Amino acid sequence: MAGRVWKYGDDVNTDVIIPGRYLHLTEPELLATNAMADLDPSFAAGVESGDVIVAGHNFGCGSSREQAVSCLVAAGVGAIIAGSFARIFYRNGLNLGLPLVVSEEALALFEKGHEVKVDLEGGLVENLSTGDRVRFPPFAGYVKELLEAGGSIPLIRQRLKGRG
Amino acid sequence: MISMGQTLAEQILARASGQDRVEPGDIVTAKVDRAMSHDNTALVLQRFAELGSPEIWDPERVIIMLDHRVPANQIEVAQGHRRIREFVKARQLPNFHDLNTGVCHQVMVEQGHVGPGELILGTDSHSTSYGALGAFGTGIGATEMAGVWATGEIWLKVPGSLRFELTGALSRGVSAKDLILKVIGELGAGGANYKALEFHGPALAELSIAERMTLANMSVEAGAKAGLVPPDRVTREYLTDRLQRPLKPLRTDEEASFLASHDLDLKDLVPMVARPHGVDNVCPVTEMVGTSIDQVVIGSCTNGRLEDLRVAASILGGEQVHREVRLLIVPASTEVMGSAITEGLITIFLEAGAVVLNPGCGPCMGAHQGVLAPGERALATTNRNFKGRMGSPESEVFLASPATAAATALAGVISDPREVV
Repeated sequence: MAGRVWKYGDDVNTDVIIPGRYLHLTEPELLATNAMADLDPSFAAGVESGDVIVAGHNFGCGSSREQAVSCLVAAGVGAIIAGSFARIFYRNGLNLGLPLVVSEEALALFEKGHEVKVDLEGGLVENLSTGDRVRFPPFAGYVKELLEAGGSIPLIRQRLKGRG
Repeated sequence: MISMGQTLAEQILARASGQDRVEPGDIVTAKVDRAMSHDNTALVLQRFAELGSPEIWDPERVIIMLDHRVPANQIEVAQGHRRIREFVKARQLPNFHDLNTGVCHQVMVEQGHVGPGELILGTDSHSTSYGALGAFGTGIGATEMAGVWATGEIWLKVPGSLRFELTGALSRGVSAKDLILKVIGELGAGGANYKALEFHGPALAELSIAERMTLANMSVEAGAKAGLVPPDRVTREYLTDRLQRPLKPLRTDEEASFLASHDLDLKDLVPMVARPHGVDNVCPVTEMVGTSIDQVVIGSCTNGRLEDLRVAASILGGEQVHREVRLLIVPASTEVMGSAITEGLITIFLEAGAVVLNPGCGPCMGAHQGVLAPGERALATTNRNFKGRMGSPESEVFLASPATAAATALAGVISDPREVV
């Protein structure tokens, strides 16, 4: 997947990703319109399908609100690369099929607007604007299964079917 | 040699996954003892329908509450509540608490839905609160909860634990809120990511379940997966007449191995505040004294219990809230509110000029009541002060204890509660 970079710092919390005042919204498109409202008001209007967020540590800290993932997915975000993720956000992301890449090095190599290519199978992040490359351990085990299935709902459906 | 001891988190996850012992880093498939969801059950229902609306693995173990926006303040919210009530009725779910009960975490503990040694999941990050009773409580998302409803299981990575050894006693005007703010300030917002906090030491014997809930509740603000207090006499006394099932065995293992240990002498603690816009942006209240405040909120799953209201009333009694401050009081549950009425606390609040709201999450997350205008500043006993948390992104929230909040409400500026208690 390839797209442009949106770059943010440490401790991006779920309240700024999707503020409480928008949580009554249920349509993904309406959530997308308000994505990142309190962090970067230019995000929702400018983001395009396949764009990638590159951020620092503890991305997605705070509440368990799954809309913090679904608003980004609905806005077209293809992957998030961060120094680390808060644990509930990490689970929510994978459960909804959004690839989350942990990389300490990526932050220093990307600026807003750079073109980025993410090879999930090969474990490679490439900055197409500068030529820099960062490796990460490719997904394995349950996480890989989740992402391949497109999230936990299809995966659990398969399992329930298996139980018959 | 590998230590044979086990932390509380390890013991609980070993039992829940049917193993003798587990190690930090192990991925286990654990059986869930109780599964809680609140207003966002509406989203769980959507995902559950995508799973084909299967049978619920054990309806006794599913607890559903309405607390985040009660009574409903928007049509979409009312529709969500309605769908939840219809589902509860259709499936004849036995553990539903409608809008007249209180904040989910308080109700879970009060109504005997949490027992020591149990694994309790909630679709709310502050599900760590259940650690106050020695349960492994942690937050998950709505999609994950739909899976738990269907299977009764979840995969979890066993966390390493940080040990906090608490000695000494809290000084007058200093509370468990100041303690946990201090801890979060030192760990940082992500300092305990993927880890559990475990509180130990002789000081615990003097800490009530209310105070322990404040500690466990806010453990997640340092990123912790769980915040645990080993069950003791205080726990057993609290649970008498509340918990209707046998306690699961849990021991304090002197041999348990921790990632790190921290010693904290409570007598050295002073009142703390978390400044905008981060819970770990902590300093002693003395550094912020004099900052003007428009709204004070006393309540929430962090500090809306009877003990908190008593502290606030002891400061507000016979006084008047500053004329340029709005003081909002939100009891954490109907049980708390009932006791506060019996004890005369609610009358004290009303006479002081406060607005008393119905039990629930109220103003905490800026979606229901007490929303802030641009340029306004609040001081709250709640648990988060992120940008825009209580309304406008151009507003600010300070976090502090009920004593600091009450003192601030009287003065109209951030105040040191030690001067009024």
